Amino acid sequence: MKKTVIELQNVKRDFVVGEEVVHALRGVSFKIHEGEFVTIMGTSGSGKSTLLNQLGCLDTPTSGEYLLDGIPVRKMKRRERAVLRNRKIGFVFQNYNLLAKTTAVENVELPLMYNSSVSARERRERAIKALEAVGLGNRLMHLSNQMSGGQMQRVAIARALVNDPAVILADEATGNLDTRTSFEILVLFQELFAQGRTIIFVTHNPEIAQYSSRNIVLRDGLVKEDVQNTNILSAAEALAALPPIEE
Amino acid sequence: MHLTNLFKIALRAINTNKLRSFLTMLGIIIGVAAVIAMIAIGEGSKQSIQSNIASMGSNMISIHPGADRRAGGVRQDASAMETLKLKDYELLKAEAKFIKAISPTVSSSGQCIFGNNNTPSSMYGVSIGYLDIRQLKVEEGDMFTEEDIRTSAKVCVIGKTVADNLFTKGEDPVGRVIRFKSIPFRVVGVLKSKGYNTFGMDQDNLILAPYTTVMKRIMAITYLNNISVSALTEEHTEQAIEELTTLLRQSHKLREGIDEDNFNIHSQKEMMEMMNSTADVMTTLLLCVACISLIVGGIGIMNIMYVSVTERTKEIGLRMSVGARGIDILAQFLIEAILLSITGGIIGVVVGCLISNAVESIAQWPVSIQPWSIMLSFAVCTFTGIFFGWYPAKKAANLDPIEALRYE
Ligand SMILES: Nc1ncnc2c1ncn2[C@@H]1O[C@H](COP(=O)(O)OP(=O)(O)O)[C@@H](O)[C@H]1O
Ligand SMILES: [Mg+2]
Repeated sequence: MKKTVIELQNVKRDFVVGEEVVHALRGVSFKIHEGEFVTIMGTSGSGKSTLLNQLGCLDTPTSGEYLLDGIPVRKMKRRERAVLRNRKIGFVFQNYNLLAKTTAVENVELPLMYNSSVSARERRERAIKALEAVGLGNRLMHLSNQMSGGQMQRVAIARALVNDPAVILADEATGNLDTRTSFEILVLFQELFAQGRTIIFVTHNPEIAQYSSRNIVLRDGLVKEDVQNTNILSAAEALAALPPIEE
Repeated sequence: MHLTNLFKIALRAINTNKLRSFLTMLGIIIGVAAVIAMIAIGEGSKQSIQSNIASMGSNMISIHPGADRRAGGVRQDASAMETLKLKDYELLKAEAKFIKAISPTVSSSGQCIFGNNNTPSSMYGVSIGYLDIRQLKVEEGDMFTEEDIRTSAKVCVIGKTVADNLFTKGEDPVGRVIRFKSIPFRVVGVLKSKGYNTFGMDQDNLILAPYTTVMKRIMAITYLNNISVSALTEEHTEQAIEELTTLLRQSHKLREGIDEDNFNIHSQKEMMEMMNSTADVMTTLLLCVACISLIVGGIGIMNIMYVSVTERTKEIGLRMSVGARGIDILAQFLIEAILLSITGGIIGVVVGCLISNAVESIAQWPVSIQPWSIMLSFAVCTFTGIFFGWYPAKKAANLDPIEALRYE
């Protein structure tokens, strides 16, 4: 039995808007084990982002409990959650969120800047290794604004890897990319999956679910479907099958 | 705390926005430069006043006829200005114990002629003690003698300016006869030059002659314009003034508790204090103006920091998502504000010193750059940075990471 990385126990999240209470999550429970590649799907407003914020320790449940790597998060202070994010979580955003006018390697170093146990030298070494892992070993000193969308997302993935997190959380990570580049990024995620990384990938694109190992579907703040994918497609093959780029 | 990392982050933020950082600092630069220059100018003039007064003799005391007019009071008629007589001088000279030297002074301004040259000057009728009181030295020739005073001899000692203006062909002034208000005087000596004082007065444009001669032959008066005294030492000044007052009251037959003094006595020390307090008022005023510009500079920093926090909301959200705590964000922006204000301070100090030097060499004002004013500027800059950086930094630290990430 593999180690449980994420455990949600009847997690609810209510938002009070004026007089009304919006139930964004109405009681979500599931476990995610180490090495799973989970896609979370659902229509707009179904609670995907709210759930991801819970998983990423950016927010806390109104009720229920969330255990990250066995650590209960609900009663944690802001400060403690920041440290937890720093050590256990890697975020990948739809719009990359790189620091402007900053080199790739410095962008990747960012999480380690907030970890005093990592020396400047180790920080640089780990950032370079992470960039090599996403295939940007030859782009270390490129500025963020000199790169293509796909390259920027690779830098963002390297940044999510650099602290060796328990889980990588991606929110519509391919949402801003064209089909070919999307597949390139998916190939990268499948490589990370193959290396045993735990990945949670939020998307509204049902196609992507075919490349993951498990698919959770949300509707109105509840888990509607939670299925293992026994026939994982290869993103690399899909990429190769794409029509060649017209010159 | 990973303070070095936070420093690096803040430095990078300043570096990526050089022009804006410079504009932010501009207020501080101007403020600090103004403070440094104002203090340098204020202190410079104060020091030059002090050294001037000291060069005139810090233990000098002057006795003037008439009641003390500094307090205001009624105008006095002309006779009130004639209360100091020769017998007062003789009494003080004989009786006063706390004085080192004493000289009567009568003075008259007029034209001074030698050959084809003439120059306006002032003749002071004094005794030999005057040299000591005023710290004057005879460079060529000699001072006139007691015998000259006794016989009202028409001899004089001239200042450097008078000598230069009259003896243009390089003649030796000693032994020559010059005319002052048409009366011939034989030059017996030339004074060593003292140059100009703080107020721009030529201290070498004077002629010294026996007081008897000036009183009888030039002015035809029996009273003295004033009496100059030097106390034994600077510390004896107060005692000397008291003693002189008592003796003069006796001499003038003033009744205890009824009659007011019909003379007034001032020490050079008092003069110096008065001058200093005037200079201090000026410095304080200038300093206030400078401080206001520092505050304006600080508000400039606060303003830009607010804009910067709003503009970088998304960046702050990202930093928080990768594990920056509120305090890290707070420290980052605070360090940025402090770095900006201290860098501004350093540039301001340099600019202030340059301005001070320019004032010294162009306007010929005495300036003295004070190390304490530099320390003060740094302290104020750091404080400004913390004070005006605090609220924007706090605002940044309190942002909600989810909201911040969503900010466009
Ligand atoms: N901060 C908030 N305040 C109030 N309501 C919110 C907030 N965040 C999300 N919601 C509500 O919760 C529900 C789920 O939103 P969200 O998790 O963003 O859905 P999704 O990402 O699946 O589109 C929506 O009805 C949304 O309006
Ligand atoms: Mg969403």
